Amino acid sequence: MANVKKHEPLFHIVKRDRMPIWQSLIIRLAAIVLGLLFCGLLCNIILDVKPMELYKTLYDGVFGTERRIWKMAKDLAVLLCISLAVTPAFKMKFWNIGAEGQVLMSCLAAVACTIYFGGKMPNWVLLICMAAASILAGMIWAVIPAIFKAKWDTNETLFTLMMNYVATQLVAYFLIVWVPSGSSSLGEQAFGHMPIVYHRYFILVAVVAVLTIFMYIYLNYFKQGYEISVVGESQKTACYIGINVKTVIIRTLIVSGALCGIAGFLIVSALDHSVTTDAVGGRGFTAIMVSWLAKFNPLIMVATSFLIVFLQQGVYEFANDYGISTAFQNIIVGIILFFVIGCEFFINYKIMFTRKEVAKK
Amino acid sequence: MEKSIALELRGVTKTFGKVIANNNVDLTVYKGEILSILGENGCGKTTLMNMISGIYYPDKGQIFVDGREVVIRSPKDAFGYKIGMIHQHFKLVDVFSASENIVLGIDDGKKYNIKDVNNRVLEICERYGFNIDPKKKIYEMSVSEKQTVEIIKVLYRGADILILDEPTAVLTPQETEKLFDVLRRMRDDGKAIMIITHKLHEVLSVSDRVAVLRRGEHIATVETATATESMLTEMMVGKKVTLNIDRLDPVSPCERLVLEGLNCTSHEGIKLLDNISFTARSGEILGIAGIAGSGQRELLEAIAGLQHLDEGTITYKNPKNGEDVNLRDKTPLQIRDLGVRLSFVPEDRLGMGLVGNMDIIDNMMLRSYKRGASMFLDRKAPKDLAKNIIQSLEIATPGATTPVRRLSGGNVQKVLVGREISSAPSVLMAAYPVRGLDIGSSYTIYNLLNDQKARGVAVIFVGEDLDVLVELCDRIIVLASGKITGIVDARNTTKEEIGLLMTKSTSISEDAEKAAKEGSENG
Repeated sequence: MANVKKHEPLFHIVKRDRMPIWQSLIIRLAAIVLGLLFCGLLCNIILDVKPMELYKTLYDGVFGTERRIWKMAKDLAVLLCISLAVTPAFKMKFWNIGAEGQVLMSCLAAVACTIYFGGKMPNWVLLICMAAASILAGMIWAVIPAIFKAKWDTNETLFTLMMNYVATQLVAYFLIVWVPSGSSSLGEQAFGHMPIVYHRYFILVAVVAVLTIFMYIYLNYFKQGYEISVVGESQKTACYIGINVKTVIIRTLIVSGALCGIAGFLIVSALDHSVTTDAVGGRGFTAIMVSWLAKFNPLIMVATSFLIVFLQQGVYEFANDYGISTAFQNIIVGIILFFVIGCEFFINYKIMFTRKEVAKK
Repeated sequence: MEKSIALELRGVTKTFGKVIANNNVDLTVYKGEILSILGENGCGKTTLMNMISGIYYPDKGQIFVDGREVVIRSPKDAFGYKIGMIHQHFKLVDVFSASENIVLGIDDGKKYNIKDVNNRVLEICERYGFNIDPKKKIYEMSVSEKQTVEIIKVLYRGADILILDEPTAVLTPQETEKLFDVLRRMRDDGKAIMIITHKLHEVLSVSDRVAVLRRGEHIATVETATATESMLTEMMVGKKVTLNIDRLDPVSPCERLVLEGLNCTSHEGIKLLDNISFTARSGEILGIAGIAGSGQRELLEAIAGLQHLDEGTITYKNPKNGEDVNLRDKTPLQIRDLGVRLSFVPEDRLGMGLVGNMDIIDNMMLRSYKRGASMFLDRKAPKDLAKNIIQSLEIATPGATTPVRRLSGGNVQKVLVGREISSAPSVLMAAYPVRGLDIGSSYTIYNLLNDQKARGVAVIFVGEDLDVLVELCDRIIVLASGKITGIVDARNTTKEEIGLLMTKSTSISEDAEKAAKEGSENG
């Protein structure tokens, strides 16, 4: 009995009751502010830049000129579109990390249309062909792992990840076929450009805005969206009420893949007019974070994708201004995300110190 | 006899978020006594015991062992103070023998010698009247044997204060009596024993004193000799309750569901259902008794279209047109499309019957959302239904948009039963519908089942409390390892008779033990 040490733990962690939304919003905002303060401090120490300079450059980098605002809107739209695409699958707890490959395949399909049909048909017909081909490609790339999951219960995470590499290799192959010089760099294609209305990026932004609202309605007010939620929460419940889980998995991944297809189509027709193995540039993975941070709510995803795009673009400008590596943006984004995700702990738990209680007695 | 205090709690408080699990609890246990900790589900019995055994750390308050204040931060600390807890869910390694499980984790610096261990285990068995083979492997054991191993494990470590969390929940009446004999012998040996329970007759038969908890507070501790069932219930619930279940005679019963020769095997080739045949009649409550995992779940799921059968037919006799429908190998959706009004309250409420993260309205919709050709959901009807059920079943909830996992067990069950009844079923199956419910809610559920019976519904009720089964049902089917070992008339039976039928084939059949094992794991 004497060998048991007698001292109290300093604190313990207690689960909180659900906190009101405004309170959790304040905590999240505070986390972003703290993260920014920390970044400012970091800049001050290692770069000898005044924190205020950092904030000012960040802001100017994104909102400084109309061109920059449009650039931000364009990046936000593409990231948001891919985030919308991964959301239904994630809500169903189907861990699809293959958006990168799905978008890349649809980019490839769109470019293939411009190469083989370009100049042989009116532009609007070509655009429709491109859209159809992209959507089909995205669907196929997403539905293959879904079928395997539904029929043989394969691991979807590994499967979708591997499909990314297959997609990259396919693009590399076609670049060799299409570029006779062997440089593997396909120039900008002359055909299949999105018509310019109001602004070069306007249609892109408008399409994604419509998709966002559609996804919100689909997930919350459609019977199919309801089935996705039930399957995601509990497959046993789904079976109990007679939902065919296999059908829902395959159908949802078709929707997911179709949205990836739209993203690929938009990237090719409105932005790049070409394809490289790096055309998606990791946005297929960033999208997962955007979707997750927003707890799979398409409307909140506008805010979370804005946060990431704002930081990336702002820090990029900052790095340019001060002549440091653009890899700095990864550091800043990482720090802010650390604070944002870390603050969830304080939303769910509180820390209680025991010392004081005992002292009072 | 002069009694010395073994364990004392002063002002112990523990909160989880907003929920106060224990509030300022004072409790004293003497050496050589059996103290029952009595209270409804969710009143903080287990939390309190977990603080004594080092699983939780109290927010406030002091614990004294043998008159000295102690700090218990882990189960290891608790063992240091000779406190041992026997949990409701066994923590044993299946492929090890009894002795191997018993010595597991003991670090006394001595060389490990299984022969010595076996001898000491036998010594303990002899002393307290256990009956167990130390070399028997856990997977070969029945539930009651496993529990014995858990108790010996604690005694082997030299515990003087034993805590048993609902030890009788998994036992038959005969096994319970055996356990109580052992407990009495341990008490006479000077050990302090605390037993958590919510079954009143057990409290009265085994314990010396009863501590009653209500909503996390210690109401009083009384001598068992002076206590009566109604007095204890009143202390537990906080108001007078009548504990009578009315049993009406069935009104013009007719065959509703005829099962013939059901057989089914698990993936591992174990027989889950073995030649099951019976008839459920309208206007009648058919009880199903049996040790957990004897095939109850598979039986209900087979009827509901969730369990594949190897053989047999399930014939539903439609009361509207007198047609016979075979339900075997139909999906739940097909069953519904055939016009079979079958409602099913599964055992796993939040994992199967409901979706915990969804609100009450969305849970109401589970059964009906598919109706109509529109792509959009219709939330209007489920919303009205939710409001209706909240009101008529007196569900305590902040509103219809509260996620059901935030409700208490009783209210969760009311949501589920309410939804299943709302579709005006002609067959209603309920698996353990009062498990984890407080007394008031349990009686609400019994009344609802009785209402359905009076409306001519064929009710199938899987229960674990034999007293309730005998009082509520018209007929009782007893299952043992997937076989029907008896169909008795509930008006002319005793729970001892049912208890014997429950264990009828377990000693002969190996499958039964495996089934029982599976049951205890799944439970």
